[in-house]
Amino acid sequence: MTLMIEPTTHASPRPYLTIKPSAGWQAINLREIWQFRDLLTTLAQRDVKLRYRQTALGVLWVVLQPLLAAGIFSFVFGKVAKLPSDGLPYFIFSFAGLLAWNAFSSTLTKASGCLLQNANLVSKVYFPRLVLPLSTVFSSLIDFAVALVLMAVLMALYHIVPGVGLLLLPVWLALILMLAVGAGLYTSALTVTYRDVQYVLPVLVQFLLYASPIAYAVSAVPSHLRMVYFLNPLSGLFEAFRWSLLGTGHLAPGEVAYSAIVTVLVFLGGAFSFKKMERKFADVI
Amino acid sequence: MSSNPHKASGDIAVSVRGVSKSYSIAHNSVKHTMVGEAIMHRLKNPFAREEHETFWALKDVSFDILRGDVVGIIGRNGAGKSTLLKILSRITEPTAGQIDLYGRVGSLLEVGTGFHPELTGRENVYLNGAILGMRRPEITRHFDAIVAFAEVEKFLDTPVKRYSSGMYVRLAFAVAAHLNPEILVVDEVLAVGDAPFQKKCLGKMHDVAEKEGRTVLFVSHNMTAVQSLCNKAIWLQNGAVLEQGAADSVVPRYFNVGIGKMTDRCWDNMNDCPGNDKIRVQRMSVRPHGVNSGGVVTVHSPLVLEFDYWNFQPEAYLNLSLQVYNKNGINVFNTFPTHEADWYGKPFPRGLYRSRCYIPGDLLNDGTHRVELFVIENQGTLLFHLEDALVFDVEDSMEYRGAWHGEWAGASRPHLKWHTEMVTPSEQTPSQSGLSMLTA
Repeated sequence: MTLMIEPTTHASPRPYLTIKPSAGWQAINLREIWQFRDLLTTLAQRDVKLRYRQTALGVLWVVLQPLLAAGIFSFVFGKVAKLPSDGLPYFIFSFAGLLAWNAFSSTLTKASGCLLQNANLVSKVYFPRLVLPLSTVFSSLIDFAVALVLMAVLMALYHIVPGVGLLLLPVWLALILMLAVGAGLYTSALTVTYRDVQYVLPVLVQFLLYASPIAYAVSAVPSHLRMVYFLNPLSGLFEAFRWSLLGTGHLAPGEVAYSAIVTVLVFLGGAFSFKKMERKFADVI
Repeated sequence: MSSNPHKASGDIAVSVRGVSKSYSIAHNSVKHTMVGEAIMHRLKNPFAREEHETFWALKDVSFDILRGDVVGIIGRNGAGKSTLLKILSRITEPTAGQIDLYGRVGSLLEVGTGFHPELTGRENVYLNGAILGMRRPEITRHFDAIVAFAEVEKFLDTPVKRYSSGMYVRLAFAVAAHLNPEILVVDEVLAVGDAPFQKKCLGKMHDVAEKEGRTVLFVSHNMTAVQSLCNKAIWLQNGAVLEQGAADSVVPRYFNVGIGKMTDRCWDNMNDCPGNDKIRVQRMSVRPHGVNSGGVVTVHSPLVLEFDYWNFQPEAYLNLSLQVYNKNGINVFNTFPTHEADWYGKPFPRGLYRSRCYIPGDLLNDGTHRVELFVIENQGTLLFHLEDALVFDVEDSMEYRGAWHGEWAGASRPHLKWHTEMVTPSEQTPSQSGLSMLTA
């Protein structure tokens, strides 16, 4: 039995909020995300605070991790495999690459898992869901900042002076993070229904590491494969990133423009797909 | 708090129009959570649509709530209460219909959502506040009040994993209670926490409504709390509004009508009666019995179970046996009439019999109970067995509860005699100062 209710005539002029079923593609409510900006930063703070709690070395890990990774790279790829490094000492060459790579891979990995990790929030509280993947950028940025200071120290030790290209570094970083979040938006939403994504993703990330100029210089790629190689938007971005820092490699405007366009498309596609799948999250997760 | 800028009677706060919510349940457990499975299924059945059953958690629900109303949403498990709250708090979308909200909604569907055990009390207040949609300066402004309400001043910089469960719940509720939304949506928070905490929560919700003129929607299974807190009630059944109105009139009817599913079963045609060629049960019933019954079965009501049955054998040594199970499937008791001198162990001639079993009041706890019937011959041979002979609900009661509003534990709920006396007078009591401070 349902009660019929007469239309109310004394209602306030307009509702503060109207809830009704949505269909198809939705606009992204930037104003609302702005209203929840404190949640964005608080979640990022939480992630950073929690990461090194109950560890003996604490924040030191932010410094140690990239150094250890670059050390291993130097031994395996520089010493054993003797991969080319544009004439630079292999250690600083790979460290610069890893700087960009870590920003990308940690953002993508964290963004992909963020909905599942915060499943209790998603099913119990309302907030713009986009806040969760977006907040992962902040903690990646903190790691990046620490590693960048380390990079500056290393460059001073190796007597490398960056050129004016350094000014473009924030642009490359922004594009790299945008690509990571864009892909992460899509994978995180997909993970809600298909947990397979969390098993496929590490393999894919591993593949991308070797398909991008991190451990080796682009010169190692046979020239007839370059076209295919630069289809990976990361190749152009990482190459540009290292060019800005160390002044090596080649900066082809066409490749960079292609990467930038793909990045923007991936980001917008990710954001709108996320928004479209979002309404099922609480029911499915 | 004396001025009441928000309270203008007749002002609408929430308007719900024809809201429905369906979930589709895949048939034959063909539910793919693996991409591979889904792809294989698609490849094998390229044109088959997956068979889904649509389950309507809410069906065409409409109601209005006025500003300053405290509304209890009542109904049995699965009636759609939680779904309604989830839609109102925008966690999930309705399938159809529309809700207009005239004010900011704060919802508390679970105490301590988003609390992280490794973070300190202070950090969690900010985190939880942000999750609930508060701005940082807003939290800072209410910080002292939150901490005072939760009584955790000394432990602000301790990770909440070291908190007692009472402190944890107090802090979580305190944050939500200071959210100051125009419309507060609360789900069953009283199920947790100790009695003083529950009292405090009820008091706070009362203040929010009464003094500040805010609107409260409150889901509870606990009619005591609903009656003491709410002025209106909405009764949901199978996803639809069954009744709404003043809490004082809806709640008692919920008590009465809500009773049970199989409390009186009768078969007119002999062949339809459950049984066999030796025994057939014609009628079974459970009802309150004694002076102040009035049709309601509460935890205090004495009950009588009645069975009318035909015996088709000439001289059968019969006895009935009953087992009563509670909502958790626990066997509360087993009984058969060993001390019924007239019949037990004596032969039953052919004919119709009526056996009654009297269950005293203050024995069963609240909730649904199921009676299993056994008909035994020669004190050992099972003639007939009926698993769900009777199913009935025992309602909670407001009496003898003290300040406790939560779930009453235990399979039985006896009203036991207690006796306390002072053994040592106060002047001889040893001092405990400096010892007991930490056990909050």
